[in-house]
Amino acid sequence: MSDTAVARTAELAQQPMRIAGPRPGFARGTLSSIRDIYHQRELMGFLVRRELKAKYKDSALGFVWTLIRPLAMLLIYYLALGKFLQAERSIPDFAVFIYTGLTAWTLFSEIINSGTSSIVGNSGLIKKVYLPREIFPLSVVGSAVFNFLIQLTILVGATLLVQRFPTGPRWGYFFLALAVLLVFGTALALLLSAVNVYLRDMQYLVDVALLIFFWASPIVYSWRLVTNGLGDAGLGGGWVEEAYLANPMTLVILGFQQTFWVAGDGEPVPDHLATRLGVALVVGLVLLWLCQRTFARLQSNFAQEL
Amino acid sequence: MSDLDVIRIDGVSKRFVIRKEKSLKERIVNFGRSNLHKDDFWALRDVDLAISAGSTVGLVGPNGSGKSTLLKLIGGILQPTAGTVHLRGRLAALLELGAGFHPDLTGRENVYLNASILGLTRKEIDRHFDAIVDFSGIEKFIDTQVKFYSSGMYVRLAFAVAVHVDPDILLVDEVLAVGDEAFQRKCLERIRAFQHEGRTIVLVSHSLDQVAEFCDRAVVLEHGHVVTDGSPRDALRTLRADFEATRKEELDRAESKLSADDRRARARFIGISLHAEDGETGHLTLAPGQGMTVRMTIEAEDRVTGDWILGMGITTPLGTVLHSTTSRLLGTTLPELHGTAQYEFTLDGLALNEGEYAVKATLESETGAEIDTVPVAAQFSVETPTTSLGPLHVPATLTAL
Repeated sequence: MSDTAVARTAELAQQPMRIAGPRPGFARGTLSSIRDIYHQRELMGFLVRRELKAKYKDSALGFVWTLIRPLAMLLIYYLALGKFLQAERSIPDFAVFIYTGLTAWTLFSEIINSGTSSIVGNSGLIKKVYLPREIFPLSVVGSAVFNFLIQLTILVGATLLVQRFPTGPRWGYFFLALAVLLVFGTALALLLSAVNVYLRDMQYLVDVALLIFFWASPIVYSWRLVTNGLGDAGLGGGWVEEAYLANPMTLVILGFQQTFWVAGDGEPVPDHLATRLGVALVVGLVLLWLCQRTFARLQSNFAQEL
Repeated sequence: MSDLDVIRIDGVSKRFVIRKEKSLKERIVNFGRSNLHKDDFWALRDVDLAISAGSTVGLVGPNGSGKSTLLKLIGGILQPTAGTVHLRGRLAALLELGAGFHPDLTGRENVYLNASILGLTRKEIDRHFDAIVDFSGIEKFIDTQVKFYSSGMYVRLAFAVAVHVDPDILLVDEVLAVGDEAFQRKCLERIRAFQHEGRTIVLVSHSLDQVAEFCDRAVVLEHGHVVTDGSPRDALRTLRADFEATRKEELDRAESKLSADDRRARARFIGISLHAEDGETGHLTLAPGQGMTVRMTIEAEDRVTGDWILGMGITTPLGTVLHSTTSRLLGTTLPELHGTAQYEFTLDGLALNEGEYAVKATLESETGAEIDTVPVAAQFSVETPTTSLGPLHVPATLTAL
């Protein structure tokens, strides 16, 4: 036996035996899961870069395509809703208003949509190499955030253009809302990506659910229109309003609008928006933990179900 | 090899549930009766195995015997239904070369991605990058998208990445037979270097010769059970005998379906003996250069007509054929065979080295269809003062000039 071999054996003798694959246990595994994921942060960076690079690799316009879709949506909503349906009249600075909502929503829907298919899409890897599988949905979050930052730049540019640039404590809403969005998005992406392995219908279901929630959040209409509508129906201030506000994405989008939609300062806002966002963040963190543990439970059979 | 275990498998069983439904609709419709739509399949049953540091273990067995499942359990890709798998040290799995290569990325980007998947840090990849590209031998195409690569280039790059990972345990599944011969040799050299460095290698292979060559231990799996665990020689003998039995069984089954007219003539070897030049018989012990005679007795139930072929061969205990000849090759036309008949092959001057050898006998019809085969008809040994390795005996001397 060579010297290197002896040295290697001696070194190995120092290490304890560990269990192959993920650690069992629902609650106990949390820390080791986090540690495993932390160790793979470099790989996650590579995966994010892969997603981004591969997505528009052979197209002439490349990253510009990430902007074209939201810009087209902006144009459609601005013309169809703003001009033709005259939503503009009740919503000042309609273009900024709607782009604010769209920016937040695009991030959320991208995390959920790509996240759901992330495990199935990487089945080749999952069947061949053991990695903490959480990195696949997490790398989707990473690439979605990158695209979001590009859109955000345009949004900030737009606020400069209309000469109503958000300043000071307004940004607090943005960071709080963004945190809520990321926590909920990550939690759902983890859960849905795992469930999608066992039930492939999930990705179609997610499509439909996202469509419904798009219209259930105040993206293309303002909170004033919601309260007016509920008031007309005799439901103002009641449980319907509370149910509407229980949707974390509603709070997130209202939070975004508080920051970027400076022209909407005179418009009504739900009471205690910051507190609501704070509560949503705590609920989201608990949900994130539960979803991660569920993911850890489900992942043991990924390789054979794919 | 040392006494330190790096992999310990205790009472591992793995069950696969074969479900015949996948969509939500089917599950709801069949809810409550879902057990009717499941099939259990035990890929592994109560496997115990301990692999010590620095050893090279070959997992062999027929298709579907659970080899790859066991490898995946060691790799942590699958979880056992019962039992535990423990290991220590850094593990790298060469389960499929280029798993994780993205066709739209360049070779360079894929090297980074794939090495990172196999557990290298960015700094380590930076350090090894030139060596990886050099090993793969595709410097010119490293900045080309991988989708334009030929399959050989693809595999070269993937293997180059894999061997530059610094694992304590390397799992290899059927990937050594890649690339052209020159590259294959490079790969095998690298595996040898790994052995020398005291890394533990677990290898799944259908190439029994490869297992015999590389492994110091072989485990034969069959229907999820460990059948033999020991030296590659014992394991391969078991396995080859099994394959032979399966083949015979299939042949008989095919035969029984044929009508009486199409059926092959039936005849079999009833006795094969070896005789040395000095008249000694039984289990011969020869010196190199000595000759021997192989006497075969055949009993034919039917008449075997036409230019039928009688053949013999000398094999190693592992089944590698060293020499074989037939009546046709020797230019001898044999008379029609019926009843009992005897034949004799005379071999002059066997240039064999020290070791155990086996004699194989074959009987074929005019068209080459098998009538009877005995893979190990007789055994003999050769004794010589050991001055060389390998099956061939060549007298050699060395002088300083």
